[in-house]
Amino acid sequence: MMSNLIKKVGGGLALAMYSMLAQAEYALNLPQPATEIARQIFDLHTITMWIIVGIAVVVYGAMFWSILKHRKSVGHKAANFHHNTMVEIVWTTIPLLILIVMAYPATKSVLAMRDTSNPDMTVKITGYQWKWEYDYQQDGFKFMSVLSTPREQLENYNGKSDKGENYLLEVDNPMVVPVGKKVRVLLTASDVIHAWWVPEFGIKQDAIPGFIKDSWFKADKAGIYRGQCAELCGKDHGYMPIVVEVKEQADYDKWLAEQKTKAAAASKDAGKVYELAELKSMGEKVYAANCAGCHQAKGEGMPPVFPALDGSKMVNGPKQAQIDIVMNGKAGTAMPAFGNQMSDTDIAAVITYTRNAWSNKAGDVTQSSEIKALRK
Amino acid sequence: MTTEKSSTKYMVAKLLLLAVVMLAFTYAMVPIYKAACDAGWIDATRDNSANPYANVNANVDTSNTQVDKSRWITVEFVANTNAKMPWNFAAQQSSIRIHPGEMTNVVYDVVNTTDRETEGVAVPSYGPALAVEYFKKVECFCFTKQKLGPHESRGMPVVFVVTPDLPKDVNTITLSYTFFEVKS
Amino acid sequence: MEAVHEHGHDHHPSGLMRWVTTTNHKDIGTLYLWFSLIMFFFAGSLALGIRAELFQPGLQFLQPHTFNQLTTMHGLIMVFGAIMPAFVGFANWQVPLMIGAPDMALPRMNNWSFWLLPVAAILLIVSFFVPGGAAAGGWTMYPPLFIQGGISGDMTILAVHILGISSIMGSINIITTIMNMRAPGMTYMKMPLFVWTWFITAYLLVAVMPVLAGAVTMLLTDRHFDTHFFNAAGGGDPVMFQHIFWFFGHPEVYIMILPAFGIVSTIIPTFARKPLFGYASMVYATASIAILSFIVWAHHMYSVGMPTAAQLFFMYATMLIAVPTGVKVFNWLATMWQGAMTFETPMLFAVGFVALFTIGGFTGVVLAIVPVDIQLQDTYYVVAHFHYVLVSGSLFALFAGAYYWLPKWTGHMYNEAMGKWHFWLSVIGFNITFFPQHFLGLAGMPRRIPDYALQFADFNMISSVGGFIFGTTQLLFLIVVIKCIRGGASAGNKPWEGADTLEWTIPSPAPYHTFATPPVVK
Repeated sequence: MMSNLIKKVGGGLALAMYSMLAQAEYALNLPQPATEIARQIFDLHTITMWIIVGIAVVVYGAMFWSILKHRKSVGHKAANFHHNTMVEIVWTTIPLLILIVMAYPATKSVLAMRDTSNPDMTVKITGYQWKWEYDYQQDGFKFMSVLSTPREQLENYNGKSDKGENYLLEVDNPMVVPVGKKVRVLLTASDVIHAWWVPEFGIKQDAIPGFIKDSWFKADKAGIYRGQCAELCGKDHGYMPIVVEVKEQADYDKWLAEQKTKAAAASKDAGKVYELAELKSMGEKVYAANCAGCHQAKGEGMPPVFPALDGSKMVNGPKQAQIDIVMNGKAGTAMPAFGNQMSDTDIAAVITYTRNAWSNKAGDVTQSSEIKALRK
Repeated sequence: MTTEKSSTKYMVAKLLLLAVVMLAFTYAMVPIYKAACDAGWIDATRDNSANPYANVNANVDTSNTQVDKSRWITVEFVANTNAKMPWNFAAQQSSIRIHPGEMTNVVYDVVNTTDRETEGVAVPSYGPALAVEYFKKVECFCFTKQKLGPHESRGMPVVFVVTPDLPKDVNTITLSYTFFEVKS
Repeated sequence: MEAVHEHGHDHHPSGLMRWVTTTNHKDIGTLYLWFSLIMFFFAGSLALGIRAELFQPGLQFLQPHTFNQLTTMHGLIMVFGAIMPAFVGFANWQVPLMIGAPDMALPRMNNWSFWLLPVAAILLIVSFFVPGGAAAGGWTMYPPLFIQGGISGDMTILAVHILGISSIMGSINIITTIMNMRAPGMTYMKMPLFVWTWFITAYLLVAVMPVLAGAVTMLLTDRHFDTHFFNAAGGGDPVMFQHIFWFFGHPEVYIMILPAFGIVSTIIPTFARKPLFGYASMVYATASIAILSFIVWAHHMYSVGMPTAAQLFFMYATMLIAVPTGVKVFNWLATMWQGAMTFETPMLFAVGFVALFTIGGFTGVVLAIVPVDIQLQDTYYVVAHFHYVLVSGSLFALFAGAYYWLPKWTGHMYNEAMGKWHFWLSVIGFNITFFPQHFLGLAGMPRRIPDYALQFADFNMISSVGGFIFGTTQLLFLIVVIKCIRGGASAGNKPWEGADTLEWTIPSPAPYHTFATPPVVK
């Protein structure tokens, strides 16, 4: 039995080793740059690495030579020198000169990457716990961008793992920009500090609540680029990816027109009356994207920090109180004011869903017009 | 031996003093930081001064400011609300094209969506950060507590001049306000 | 080692009370060392929790919130509970012995500064069990995230205060001892380098621990008393916390590495049987690193979007630090050069230190360059960088020093074969763990995430395997230490042929009271 176990474990290990070597994806360097700035960063890193390799050859060469030759066991006798002004001056000056050589191109790149003047377009990006909002303010629409990897893929506690190709790096609504245009981004955050980072673009900017910070990128090629939040922002810091879709100008224009129509349609649609079942199924999606992170997929919550919604007195009580908390947040807790993050319809749907999901049987329906009325 | 003892005491006193001075220095860093920010050394993404009235009304003699008709700049208006802020907040227009030196008037709208009276404070910020040097506000609602009754709405004006010495390569400026709820 | 001390003229309590009331620098040094070893194992097991979760993509063992607690507490406890107290332990044991002093200048304060530590440690450990769990906002405690946390945030702040007071008291003691209690003839420029580096480190500690105390006090009042230091609504700025924190934090980095430089500079000459090369330039390099450490803090926060001129200033200042650090590495190499080296465990760890710390130095230069850092900030590249500096730097130097002085402390030789196993397994495990993390960072894996995209899976698996090799290897050290205390070959006054500092002139184990009449240094 023991030997069986050893065979199994050994076989498993061998298989793991084999699969690691056979189909591994060992990226050893920065990703392939997709903007001029990222290319400069890539080159700076390459130059620096070669200088380091040169220095390392000298340092480790001397070290290992000395370890091999100057040891007592090979009969080497210790010399007694302990000072040499000339040598010391040389090994202080030469590194200084090398650093100056390195600082020159670095300075040029810093100046280039900080130059946000003459943008072709501006997008305001707001970090929320734990999603991004892209506001195309000049075109009059904005949308949330939330991780779209299904929660079943995240949780592996039972050992199952069928993960999609872009696991954790996929969102429902990506940011879309035209190719070859200088896009200025204005970063801010609603709650805590986040950082917006797309490695291929060479851009990483902290998003700080109360302040806007600007940065820019200009993508060379159409394609889909993926990044992640790069500043610890709480529980789901690992679950707020960034996806930027760079489109050809014509495709971008088409997308832009669609978004504008959608925005217009949404405001026209606001008064629409939905059935309970419709709202519930819409609300389920809204819940998964915005609420399940804390209150969990089945509404069981994570007490005492994140209360359960399933069977909750609050959710089964009068709906006005629940709407108030969803829209305006709850002081002293992590619950934000979703009124500023979600549309009337989304709020109505999620309220209806939570009041009628799991063991909750309030039976009532909340319409978007009720939410709209509260906003006045 | 006694001299050594007393010098030990003296040493300890000096070192404790150093520790206390460094603690005091930490608190002194708060105003130093603000001064350094105003000077644009460390972090220029704040208002000319944390004092709400310092750059409002004061020393902005607009009559003498030359309007530079040869140049257009775009000023964008951004409105943010903090996570706990139950107000709807937006600028009436998302951007405006003006000449440097021109006095301009814009309005931000704010609505309290709750059934209770709420107080808020708006914090200004500029992009690019250096724009703060050239953005003179004659009237503004920032840093002063705003009180809104249940479902009350209000238009809040900002009157400003972008001075003509704005560097030539800057043609877009963003003015941002973030509303935070404050407890009364 | 308790068994051998000579009672001589004074009486002290025995058993537990001996350790509670002791004012003897050797007892207190021992207490510090055991405390830091226990904390090292505790914080190390948190790290193994992290590596277990990261072995495969997907969540296997931990909830994201628990994961954040582990990374936060691993950092806090390793820095303040393991590395720093361990160096203070070395200072307690070795500074008086190396300068020919009978004890520390302020023995009673010495007792206090140790006994504050367990209080802070208990606070931190208990905070795991309060509602909401331990602090999870990162060891850097950035607001506003840290302010969101529960009661454990206050416990953490209180613990940091206590640890800070302990460090300041310990440092005052060390400075006063070095200034007032050197043996006749021991001028400053004759002090062993370990004493020099601790002298400078102690000044750094007195200067920056109050800054940390101030910063966390501001956090506390922001949380509970409606101050607005870091809250934009009240005219504050969350970024200001980062400036203050790193104004403390960068000197703190050198607080954890300068005494390591001192230990290595003591051990390499001993086993090369050759005097330290460039003693004076070592002292000057240490001092200039300490001074420069006050003007480079913002390189930890290039991505906040500070003005371009500030970014450039901090980039140049940071690159400048490479020069004195390079001088040190070259001096160690020149000390080894033309020596007659033997490679007992202390020397192995010291050479391992030089070789691997240099890698951390190289990546430090890479990270100093603003555009490259923008790409690498908050990625696993940074994680790899500071573990090369703190594990193969500080920790390896601590191991080197422990093996070097254990014979003096216990009177017995440690088991050389086990020591060598400990070294080689540590080096191998360490590099398997942290070298691949450079690649992860370059490829774009952020730090402090409980789960990752599939492209990072292979290197993470390797890294986790290395982590468990490295972690379990450390149990070997515990066994070596316990065996060495219990028995082993007699060490004699001076087990190391090439050693020439004062502690080797006294018997091993070092008697309870030493240098009652000061030695004369020629």
